[in-house]
Amino acid sequence: MHLDDDARRLLDGAGGDAARKSMEILVALGTIYDAGRLIPVRSAQISGVSYANLGDAGLELLEDWARDGRVACPSTLNPAGMDLVAWRAMGIPQEFADRQLRIVRAYERMGVVPSCTCTPYFAGNRPAPGEHVAWSESSAVTFANSVLGARTNREGGPSALAAALCGRTPEYGLHLDEPRAPQVLVRVETVLPSAAHWGALGVALGRLAPGRVPLVELRGEAPGSAGAPAEEHLMALAAALPTFGGPSIFHVAGVTPEAGRYPRPADGAAVGPREIDEAFASLDDGAEPELVFVGCPHASLPTLRRVAGLLGGRPVRRTLWVATSRAVREQAAREGLVAAIEASGGLVVADTCFVVAPLAGRFRSAVTDSAKGCFYARGPNAMKVRLATLEECVEAALG
Amino acid sequence: MIVRGRVIRGGEARGVALVSSAAISFYGGVDPDTGKVIEKGHPLEGRSLAGRVLVMPTGKGSTVGSYVLYRMAKQGTAPAAILCGTCDTVVAVGAILGDIPCVDRLDPSGIGDGVVVSVRGEEVVIGE
Repeated sequence: MHLDDDARRLLDGAGGDAARKSMEILVALGTIYDAGRLIPVRSAQISGVSYANLGDAGLELLEDWARDGRVACPSTLNPAGMDLVAWRAMGIPQEFADRQLRIVRAYERMGVVPSCTCTPYFAGNRPAPGEHVAWSESSAVTFANSVLGARTNREGGPSALAAALCGRTPEYGLHLDEPRAPQVLVRVETVLPSAAHWGALGVALGRLAPGRVPLVELRGEAPGSAGAPAEEHLMALAAALPTFGGPSIFHVAGVTPEAGRYPRPADGAAVGPREIDEAFASLDDGAEPELVFVGCPHASLPTLRRVAGLLGGRPVRRTLWVATSRAVREQAAREGLVAAIEASGGLVVADTCFVVAPLAGRFRSAVTDSAKGCFYARGPNAMKVRLATLEECVEAALG
Repeated sequence: MIVRGRVIRGGEARGVALVSSAAISFYGGVDPDTGKVIEKGHPLEGRSLAGRVLVMPTGKGSTVGSYVLYRMAKQGTAPAAILCGTCDTVVAVGAILGDIPCVDRLDPSGIGDGVVVSVRGEEVVIGE
């Protein structure tokens, strides 16, 4: 890989220890993936924040790097293991909270904005089409590539941080044209009316065409009709697709910006009502939910409006958590939505989510409108799950 | 015998080879405090990686594994060097964070478990 003088200076340690290590990481990745050069990135989204995942190893490293590491491009942070303000209401132990706050402070010393969200595109970090960025967090990566038309590989936490500190990333993979081209044509011959259905589509695609970039054609509904996908629907597909074995980019004909840019693949698969029903069934463990959760990825403002509207001021009988970014929570609070949801007994948590919070043993079962959420609630948190629409989730909360 | 590979993280190291037929996940699969493999059913389950020249096909698992290698290096439980058929990004990043020499794209078939191995950049010397 070609290195310019600036990159060599960083490798020699002229930018400090953290920048030297970061450049070593970028050079190693460039070597592994045969990149020709490093390219500038406009932003970074950094995962590896929850103390539940990082442990003391990650905490030590971040505090070491924060001594001289400073970001070279606008950089935002993935969710933490707790609401940074209302962690006591979530039942988070003091010792966990202390270490979690140290992690976030280390990132802040490096100049990272403590946005603590998987939807940086609702919190001031929304790349333009064609911009190169270095993002981690698979749902955000897939949304940036597919819906925004920006270009990023699926970085891990350390490689995204390395890119942030150097302002660069090796040019390979989804930074290039060819790996972004669709490889399989998927005709969707049914209506996908909710985010849960779009998540189910991601489950079906991961099963039908694992690892292959899909070009989705919506046959079940006319483009531009009331059934055309909302941004929340595309977020759900972006979250489910890489979770269930798909790639970090998809195209939807007539909807996403690069759908018409590449040749239409001949190879085809079809998704009908049966495939969607099977996907829902595969995420139904048949248990009464103890927890209702919404906000994987972090809920948008329209989703918070819908939750408040569906609750209609009625009291919940089951634990209802809605996760969102601090930025969207503040917008929602100004509209009275947080007060409305919390008056019904729900909790609107920011900075964290059900994937990274230490919930194991707290709840035995959950219902959610997120296919990705089902996957991670089952795994690390050992819950029984059910995928359902937002309406069904709120009904379940109301009992 | 000398074999050559591709340098992922440069440096020199010497140690007794520990050969794994299966990929290793450092996050969840290795105890950073003891250096022992704890993944159930793994061919190296119960064996310590500390100070050994670890030979494996590739790494696997969460990117948090890179932080685990860093922590092992700080505690003295990390391998002395890592040799892979194909290095994955988790191990590559972990080797850099922990200053652990790492070489890939080499044929490990000549490296027997328990043999002394020296790593010098791209060069791997097998035997005394």
